[in-house]
Amino acid sequence: MDGNVHPHDAWSRALFKQFKDAGVKLFSYIPDAGNARLVELADADNETRTVLLTTEEEGVSLAAGADLVGEKAVLMMQSSGVGNCPNFLSFVKGGNFPILMFVSMRGDYGEQNPWQFPMGEAVEPILKAMGVLVFKVERADELEGAATAALDTAFKAGKSAALVLSQKFLGAKGF
Amino acid sequence: MTEVTLNRIGALPQIFPNPDDYLFVTGLAGPARDAAALTNDGANMFTMAGCMGAAMTMGLGMALGAPDRDVVVIAGDGEMMMNIGSLATIASQAPKNLTVVCVDNGGHGETGGQDGHTSVRTDLAKVADGFGIQNILTVSTEAGLKDAAAFVKSGDGPRFLWLRVMAGEPTKFKRNMNPAECRVRFKTAFQAA
Repeated sequence: MDGNVHPHDAWSRALFKQFKDAGVKLFSYIPDAGNARLVELADADNETRTVLLTTEEEGVSLAAGADLVGEKAVLMMQSSGVGNCPNFLSFVKGGNFPILMFVSMRGDYGEQNPWQFPMGEAVEPILKAMGVLVFKVERADELEGAATAALDTAFKAGKSAALVLSQKFLGAKGF
Repeated sequence: MTEVTLNRIGALPQIFPNPDDYLFVTGLAGPARDAAALTNDGANMFTMAGCMGAAMTMGLGMALGAPDRDVVVIAGDGEMMMNIGSLATIASQAPKNLTVVCVDNGGHGETGGQDGHTSVRTDLAKVADGFGIQNILTVSTEAGLKDAAAFVKSGDGPRFLWLRVMAGEPTKFKRNMNPAECRVRFKTAFQAA
């Protein structure tokens, strides 16, 4: 691999194009290795805007506010951040707000940090409990289809969706 | 800090005499009732009765998504404190069309009037300044409402208006608390405008 190219460059470019083609304008985030390249691409593009949050739940309400004025947002976070979101995900079940989430996993395939497992294992039960459909990606050839499904679920069907990228896809961090 | 003599009842209509000019979002409890009375639960306002702490970034999402509209957040001090970091998120984005109004009664009126941090030591104007909000005004008297009305129309946002009010009942007003209905109501009116 070329040492100057971000390790997540190729799929991040493809996914950013899918988000942009679907009309996503706001990319809110708490930084993670899994969303770093996406944030750079959204920053560099004149038609999209990144919003650095202080806690992931802010991105849920940011997306709900954008929806009220007809704008589309994606909320990007590491899996641990899903634990900061449930109360605000009341917008989903109570209000039918379409929230699109992008979750890069820790605490699953190949994890070496024991602190990551509790939230890693809780991601899908939490999202399910709050009415967010999960589209999980474990292999590179699954990403495009899962992203299309998540985007259509959120912005065509109006049902909240999370695109969840496993460490099997992303690669596990060494300690 | 100066003595607080401002009565919350009737304060918002003096600050926003033309409420149809704005898009509003409110947090929960008393400030939502004060605000709903201001617009008669109008379609240009989304009020909450849950998701405590969500109002500030919901307003930011509206302001970034509708840059040619003036967006106002109305939130209590408890709502502000629950997600005080939102002021940093707002300051970094620096939307010129966003005003945050904190109706601060110094406590948790909805649950029995228990003291909040602003009745102890927390100074929200210093907090907002520290987070990087450029335009800040504190009002705690009836006479200050004229300044508040001028402040929300002057210069560029983001603005932070710290409205310190006496403890006491909020405006008596019953609003629609079904979020799905209110979402559709707001979106429909926004698209038609």
